[in-house]
Amino acid sequence: METVREDACIATERLQRDCRKGEQHSLDPVNKLQFRFLSRSENVSLARLLAAALAASREMTVAELDEIKVAVSEAVSNAIIHGYEGRDDCYVEMSLALTPEQLVITVHDDGVGIADIEQAIKPSYSAKRDRMGLGFAFMHSFMDAVDVVSTPGAGTTVTLYKDLP
Amino acid sequence: MRLQIKVKPYLNKSWLWVRPEAELDMASADAFRQAITKALAAYGCRNLWLDFSAVSFIDSSGLGVLLGRYRELQPLGGSIIITRPNEQVYHLLTAAGLHRIMEIDRPATLKYGKEGF
Ligand SMILES: Nc1ncnc2c1ncn2[C@@H]1O[C@H](COP(=O)(O)OP(=O)(O)OP(=O)(O)O)[C@@H](O)[C@H]1O
Ligand SMILES: [Mg+2]
Repeated sequence: METVREDACIATERLQRDCRKGEQHSLDPVNKLQFRFLSRSENVSLARLLAAALAASREMTVAELDEIKVAVSEAVSNAIIHGYEGRDDCYVEMSLALTPEQLVITVHDDGVGIADIEQAIKPSYSAKRDRMGLGFAFMHSFMDAVDVVSTPGAGTTVTLYKDLP
Repeated sequence: MRLQIKVKPYLNKSWLWVRPEAELDMASADAFRQAITKALAAYGCRNLWLDFSAVSFIDSSGLGVLLGRYRELQPLGGSIIITRPNEQVYHLLTAAGLHRIMEIDRPATLKYGKEGF
């Protein structure tokens, strides 16, 4: 009896730990893709096309698919431009998961990280001249939820959630 | 080649017509900016007419190039007009507020419904 309860506790703990990793909405994926690609600019379009292709397997308007493409494009561009400071020999990790209720997209880089997330996600804040600081604003307005987890010097994970009808 | 671009001066070189054929994202943004800057200087134009009929997609990297050109031309008394954007492009141009500083064609069919955020 004791061991069964202990096992259950361990399982619950593991579940909670996984949940804390940002998987709370993505239990029971119906379909999931995970991949990594070089931080080369031409891969930004491949990333957004893959996300849109998976999203298109569910009921979705053309406008919604376009918005998902923009959100993914912004997250991946940020990983390359800011996270890896334009280097093209690093890896961006990405996952695309469909659950019955949501499309969940994560974009991860092992780059410089973000010291002040609150400032970074403010519309029109940009660390660079000639950039409008719209990336996070687009992600927020085109997706239903956005999570940013970052450790300066270690990297950034952006999770994009789109509710499905 | 990620960006194909045609340029042509008009009206006694007061206008530069530019027709990029691309997805205007971070992969094409640098080449797009350089092509415009080079042609503006070569012909001495102050006004930019962007024919977007062959732009299939834009994100913040492409929008940044547009704002940058506006910031260069506006102090010289120049202006920017954008014709024939598709719906996705029009949606983002207006979401970024560029319709307040540039003249932008409205696509004939506008299924997106709203302008701006
Ligand atoms: N993956 C990342 N790693 C490190 N810093 C990041 C990352 N993503 C975003 N940032 C920081 O957050 C800021 C805001 O990002 P956002 O995408 O909103 O604007 P931007 O990239 O500067 O401009 P735009 O997206 O309009 O081209 C960036 O300038 C950068 O300082
Ligand atoms: Mg950005």
